[in-house]
Amino acid sequence: MIEVTDLTKWYGPRKAIDGLSFNASKGEVVGFLGPNGAGKTTTMRILTAFMPPSQGTARVAGYDVVEQSLEVRRRIGYLPETVPLYPEMTVQEYLDFMAALRRVPQAEQRVDAVIERMHLEDRSESYIGRLSKGLRQRVGLAQALLNQPEVLILDEPTIGLDPAQVVEVRELIREIGRDHTVLLSTHILSEAQQICQRVLIINKGRIVAEDTPERLQSRLAGAERIAVRVAGEASGAEAILRKVRGVTSVAARGPGQFEVETASGTEARPAIARALVKNDLDVLELHTQGISLEDIFLELTRSESGTES
Amino acid sequence: MRNIWIIATREFRQYFISPVAYAVAAMIFLVLGVIFYSNLGASILNQYAPDGQAVLAPLATLLLFGVPAITMRLIADESRSGTIELLLTAPVRDAELVIGKWLGGMSFSLVILAGTWIFPIILNAITSPGIDQGPLVSSYLGMLLMIMAMVAIGVMASAFFSNPIASYFTTLGILLLLWVISLPVQAASGTASTVLSYLDFSGHFYNNAYAGVIDTRDIVYYVSLTALALFAGTRVVEARRWQ
Repeated sequence: MIEVTDLTKWYGPRKAIDGLSFNASKGEVVGFLGPNGAGKTTTMRILTAFMPPSQGTARVAGYDVVEQSLEVRRRIGYLPETVPLYPEMTVQEYLDFMAALRRVPQAEQRVDAVIERMHLEDRSESYIGRLSKGLRQRVGLAQALLNQPEVLILDEPTIGLDPAQVVEVRELIREIGRDHTVLLSTHILSEAQQICQRVLIINKGRIVAEDTPERLQSRLAGAERIAVRVAGEASGAEAILRKVRGVTSVAARGPGQFEVETASGTEARPAIARALVKNDLDVLELHTQGISLEDIFLELTRSESGTES
Repeated sequence: MRNIWIIATREFRQYFISPVAYAVAAMIFLVLGVIFYSNLGASILNQYAPDGQAVLAPLATLLLFGVPAITMRLIADESRSGTIELLLTAPVRDAELVIGKWLGGMSFSLVILAGTWIFPIILNAITSPGIDQGPLVSSYLGMLLMIMAMVAIGVMASAFFSNPIASYFTTLGILLLLWVISLPVQAASGTASTVLSYLDFSGHFYNNAYAGVIDTRDIVYYVSLTALALFAGTRVVEARRWQ
């Protein structure tokens, strides 16, 4: 449904995306995870045929975004990050307008259907300029769903919603994802973990990791992490920990607090405990730490080259 | 084709809730009203029949300043608010967008033009045997052609900027340029003077239509200018995608 090959986009001297390649098949919910400025919005704008790439190709629903731009636009639903709306129109007027523009068959029924789906019935006659951010977000989503698109592209769809609405939208996306392809971007890690079947971590215009949330976690937790806390000064603790067999790195996280990494599969906790006690240090805490998506995210987006392990 | 209609009708409706549109219309009718009143007063005082086209010459000048105000927001506002992203990712051709906006701007301007019809109606009623219909009709036709071109230039300028004020002054600038472009003719001669005097925007109106003559050269001028501006406008919209 989405095939991106070597996509590159320059904004003048700045390279916003650099040789991006990925696919998304029908019925997949794919998440773009990355810090601000990573290139998520640019990629989405290219996929929705808003702007052409500088290099590379992108195909959506089987059509090229540059050569067959109109065909692509007929088959997508798009909610931009800024959720642009016409403040002087009412919700009903706006959706009628967008339905007409998108050549939605049986427009009236479709508009009623999306209004119902997004629970906008009692605000359908309100001026968009008067709506709260959350409501505006829902109007924007309603617009994206009007033509029952094969590919739905959502740029930060849950930003600005209250927790209850966030849950609703996520459920909605999961539901839509069953027979439509959804590409969404977010910088909320838990969201990517919850709704997406596949996550693409993007940083500085490049994909630095691509996999299901679970596999990403296990792949990148190639090391075991152990949290160690000792009482008191613990001046020699770091050196002691380093000498323990199987330990690959030790990082100080605070006074007496250490993060110890060992090779995957080794159980180093007994050895650590013995080493510390033998040197008259009081062990307050000793437990394994799972590596979260957040750690992966921070790790991958912090490094300059942005290459994955 | 349908897209053009959808966009044009939306713009037309938006004008009636737009304060700028009302301000422009009010300005035009107010000034024309004063001029009409003074003309009428003068003609009654001096015992001569009032000129049916007395309001049209000032109307042209008022439209010169008013039409850019009507067109300035057409695309600039979409760029400014970000809704352009919705329009350009909808299955609408760039040309359909530009033409739709042009029709929308035209339709409102024509409403204003139609409103000025009240002056000739009044004059016709109070004079006998009535005012000269021929030049009046041709003048209004000429005015329609002028508006067509002015709005097209306005849409093009609106596509260029995200700021409506910049669009306003660009449109006004282009129109003023075309208005005065034949002034150097006095000094020039030969082909230069022919070209320049052909380009004179107001000349095509005043010399012929205003006087009661419908000349195809004038129609060609205004239609060409309109087509050129709309074409340029479409290219500008396309170019903005590449940024």
